[in-house]
Amino acid sequence: MMQNAKPLAEQTVGHHLARPVYQLRNVSKSYAFGKIRALDPVDLDLREGSFSSVIGPSGCGKSTLLKIMAGVTPPSGGSVILDGKPVLGARREIGMMYQQATLFPWMTVLDNVLLPISIRDGKAAAKARHNDAQALLELVGLKGFEKVYPRQLSGGMAQRTSICRMLITEPQVLLLDEPFSALDELARDFMNIELQRICLSQNATAFLITHSIPEAVLLSDDVYIMSPRPGTFLEVVRIELPRPRTLEMMTTATFGEYVRYIRSRLDEGGVTA
Amino acid sequence: MRSVDAEMAPQGLGRPITVEQGSFPETVWSEQVAWIDKIPRVVAMAGLLLTVLLIWWAVHHFEIVSRIILPSPAEVGSDIILVGRNILTGNYMLAALWMTTKEVLWGFGFAIAIGFSLGVLVGETSFGERAVLPYLVAIDTMPKVAFAPLFLAWLGFGIASKVALAAFIATFPIVVGTAAGLHAADENARMLFRTLGASRWQTLVRMKIPTGLPQIFTGLKIGAVGVMAGAITAEFLGGGKGFGELIRVAASQLQTPRVFSLILYLSVLGFLLFWSVVLIERKLVFWHRASVTGVDDRR
Repeated sequence: MMQNAKPLAEQTVGHHLARPVYQLRNVSKSYAFGKIRALDPVDLDLREGSFSSVIGPSGCGKSTLLKIMAGVTPPSGGSVILDGKPVLGARREIGMMYQQATLFPWMTVLDNVLLPISIRDGKAAAKARHNDAQALLELVGLKGFEKVYPRQLSGGMAQRTSICRMLITEPQVLLLDEPFSALDELARDFMNIELQRICLSQNATAFLITHSIPEAVLLSDDVYIMSPRPGTFLEVVRIELPRPRTLEMMTTATFGEYVRYIRSRLDEGGVTA
Repeated sequence: MRSVDAEMAPQGLGRPITVEQGSFPETVWSEQVAWIDKIPRVVAMAGLLLTVLLIWWAVHHFEIVSRIILPSPAEVGSDIILVGRNILTGNYMLAALWMTTKEVLWGFGFAIAIGFSLGVLVGETSFGERAVLPYLVAIDTMPKVAFAPLFLAWLGFGIASKVALAAFIATFPIVVGTAAGLHAADENARMLFRTLGASRWQTLVRMKIPTGLPQIFTGLKIGAVGVMAGAITAEFLGGGKGFGELIRVAASQLQTPRVFSLILYLSVLGFLLFWSVVLIERKLVFWHRASVTGVDDRR
């Protein structure tokens, strides 16, 4: 179908050739002694430096999948391998972000950013990383807000702080659960471009859950389409738009074709019913 | 953010805003506020107090109820000065007030220690919630002053029985406040701490307790009121050397002005205790501005 995708493909980085960082085999989740299936067996390889999205209807098990990948929920079956080692609990290589910024109001922006270090390595270690935290805040345009408390931040600023908190541990993998869906559209577009810039500059491997097809197409190398509950991957769409992606690309015909195709596949899966 | 490139953007879609010319009347208007809501707070409060005093005076003056039962505002006023002098000169009433203060402080201290520990047990552990909480709820529904004779029998007529009843009454709201506070943290915060590999202790101390401080302080404020009631009730029933005993004696001798003035000084003690809790809350929970009464300022 994508006739005009060919020339663009030559410009994309060949992530499908890179080393797999995350490997999921037959990962499933059920409750109530197998009676309720939340997630049907899923296979997945995330390659280093790639950006993948999963899109699917509400309650299809996307968040369950992400929790299993993050090592906070045990799977009912299958294997989750990160960097060659099985995931059996929270791992330092993983950074996570949620729909809510979840900043703690009694800590300054700087202390919120340093929280992962302070939890993992103690307060002294966190203190030693002040400069790194400051550099991250500068990276997302929050220079000068170090001593501010979260209640004084806008929604976008709060999410940018939580990006810094995710990045402070220098994670290999970013697990993103609809990170910007609570923001208004203008802020959201801006944050998506920011996120891409950060991922490219850190060569981070990212896995994004989203409800927005344009957002998935804009950010991803691969878009995984998920079926309704019990969810499983129906197919993967490789997005062959050049990097870095820009907001202007969203108005191009190729972009629109990707969006239409994914939409139609979701419709076939009974997603909008 | 990068804007749409100039050459890509379609030109000339927008135009300046033009409206029809002409003269229009000013339509500046103000929202209606009832006259009673416009009265300044100080005036409103003073007015209300004066009205009550006037009704009191009238009831006394026209002997609507017997003067033996209800003294005049003036009689109470002069007795307030008398008692105040007694306290300020370090006389026996100061000793009584100090005794009640000690009972209240010890009672509150025990209530905080026991209430917070039980609250953590109930709020943090599944065992506490499933096995301990039902018993606590059962005891909490009982009229707790009914336990006073038991405390007197077990601990005697000294300060211990008063401290015990005061602590007993104040413990439950602190348990409930602490348990509720520990449940206040939302799913996202819990998830975050789990993904950070935080230990149970770290999660409790660095996330759940700080998140729950507003609820914990609500429990402490209710407890601060209860501890006064407990101490005074125990003094009524078990004698002793406190302010409650002075009130009981004055009432039995039909010295009603004295009862009123003693209650006034007692309420100062309660007020100071309550406000110390509020001030600590403001200092500690600076990110959460709860109004003292729990009623929101906005309408």
